[in-house]
Amino acid sequence: MTDNNPDKQPGHENREYWRANIRLMSGLLLVWFLVSFGCGILWVDYLNQWHFFGFKLGFWFSQQGSIVVFVILIFVYAWRMNQLDKVHGVDEQE
Amino acid sequence: MSAQVLTYLFVGLSFALYIGIAIWSRSSSTSEFYVAGGHVHPLANGAATAADWMSAASYLSMAGIIAFEGADGARYLMGWTGGYVLLALLLAPYLRKFNKFTVPDFVGDRYYSQAARLVAVVCVIFISFTYVAGQMRGVGVVFSRFLEVDINTGVVIGMGIVFFYAVLGGMKGITYTQVAQYCVLIFAYLVPAIFISLTLTNNPIPMLGLGSTLAAEPVYLLDKLDGLTTELGMTAFTAGNKSTIDMFFITAALMAGTAGLPHVIVRFFTVPRVRDARISAGYALVLIALLYTTAPAVAAFARVNIINAMDGLHYSEAPEWFGKWENSGLIAWIDKNNDGEIQYRGGAAMEQKPVYDLGRGASGERLLTNKITSNDNELYIDRDIIVLAHPEIAQLPNWVVALVAAGGLAAALSTAAGLLLVISTAIAHDLLKKTFRPNITERQELRYARLAAAVAIAIAGLFGIYPPGFVAEVVAFAFGLAAASFFPVILLGIFSTRMNKEAAISGMLTGLIFTFSYIVYFKFISPETNSAAHWWLGISPEGIGSLGMILNFMVSFVVMRITPPPPQEVQDLVQHIRVPQARPSSQ
Repeated sequence: MTDNNPDKQPGHENREYWRANIRLMSGLLLVWFLVSFGCGILWVDYLNQWHFFGFKLGFWFSQQGSIVVFVILIFVYAWRMNQLDKVHGVDEQE
Repeated sequence: MSAQVLTYLFVGLSFALYIGIAIWSRSSSTSEFYVAGGHVHPLANGAATAADWMSAASYLSMAGIIAFEGADGARYLMGWTGGYVLLALLLAPYLRKFNKFTVPDFVGDRYYSQAARLVAVVCVIFISFTYVAGQMRGVGVVFSRFLEVDINTGVVIGMGIVFFYAVLGGMKGITYTQVAQYCVLIFAYLVPAIFISLTLTNNPIPMLGLGSTLAAEPVYLLDKLDGLTTELGMTAFTAGNKSTIDMFFITAALMAGTAGLPHVIVRFFTVPRVRDARISAGYALVLIALLYTTAPAVAAFARVNIINAMDGLHYSEAPEWFGKWENSGLIAWIDKNNDGEIQYRGGAAMEQKPVYDLGRGASGERLLTNKITSNDNELYIDRDIIVLAHPEIAQLPNWVVALVAAGGLAAALSTAAGLLLVISTAIAHDLLKKTFRPNITERQELRYARLAAAVAIAIAGLFGIYPPGFVAEVVAFAFGLAAASFFPVILLGIFSTRMNKEAAISGMLTGLIFTFSYIVYFKFISPETNSAAHWWLGISPEGIGSLGMILNFMVSFVVMRITPPPPQEVQDLVQHIRVPQARPSSQ
């Protein structure tokens, strides 16, 4: 490892920051995929055997549930990333 | 007061508001014209993004499509919201840190190539014009139906309004007008939905009303609707007709396309900080979700109301709105069994869209020259009128009917303005300043940007007055092409330091040519074979952008491994945009 390794240049901290970011992002995108493409499309008929209030469950995921989860995912991401920025000392200062 | 007087009043008031805001927020520099100076509060940007994003298609057409397609409509609900997750997690914060004006800026700088910049500019202009044509048409339709002016006059009035605040105000003017337009459109969408939800289910919240029991009998609304539709020989509302693989690919194309649409991406250049870009995407999606979770409720309510109001009704007793929409050519009735009553059943009542001859039939209905189908269905209702007609179908007060028209105009105008700004920026900034005339001063560039916006508005207006017959067909292009070109190129540009010019250009071209050819083949060259049996892997032209995107990724991965890595300064740029604010490494 020499000093001009591009990954190292902006400081070791940034590399750790980027890894933590990728981990968080992958987890959230997995949920994103499971609720929309999973529950809303691939398993929709299977889930429709159960009811959620007046909805068939799969139908609910595809028409409303997935959208609600999307909103939550973005807010979780924004909140966790702001924390990560601070922990790794890369948050924006005025 | 009559609905028409009230419509004039509401539309007039909302227009006065937009013009007032435009005068208050004029742009005086290119930075203000392109990205509102980068000073927009994240919540205001969220509202502006929501208005920018929710077009005439979301406001006027989507609930209508779901009303008639039921479960299949989910591809729009998920596709047009799920893209914001991709945008917020994968693109927006990094593009904000990049801190330039446009998507071609990013492509040109990241791939150190004027050729890549030019391909991006051409895509931006093509995608945006495709989109804007539909908006101007939507403006014309609302004007002609509710204000009873000629469609062309309506388009010209709409052009005048957009011209005023887009050319004068640039992005700054547009942003604050869009905030006002969001408020108008969401209010106008929710009020009738709440009224109808109360009448049908006793639940004042339409999103929950969809899952409630009916006010008239202790049966869940959706179960009742499934029963009604099955009884009349239609597909059950909560069951779909589309294959799983097609649903999957269409939804994916709409999501990636949403994340790659230039007029949405550019909104995230207008907030002050990286953290604002993240949260702003969240605000935008909450505000969008308000409409998108209401839409399926409006759709189901409308379907119930139409079946109840129409089936078995004698034509002579049809309400006033029926005749008005029939006169606009958006409702048609063929008395197949000559009993004078409307039979509403499964299947299309006739082939193609209605073409009227000038005569009237035995009951006074407008006669058609279309080939009549052999099923029992006698009723044709254009999907695009559901949102506009529903308040009348549900017999809501006149002021609600008027409000819906003002909301429809807000949705169409806000999207049109955002798109026109992207077009003018692409021409003045990306083409002139960055490519052909790098020596122009900022004052000159600003003048060119205004001129380009004015020309773009005129062209968009012409599209509205003389709609090319293929507008609906080419909308599939906009999403498919954005998904197959911009999304992979921007994503890899951020997440791979190894991604280089050669890979970007070959990937974009592969995605574009593949997607373009597939859509052109099925929509224009051989439209008679446009059915599941002939589609490759059963994927419709609407969903083919996903496959184009996968091909783009594959080609990029291969090419970047066999060509030299990008120059050091580009690799440093990638490291730079990944971190909100780097500290000196001594820390």
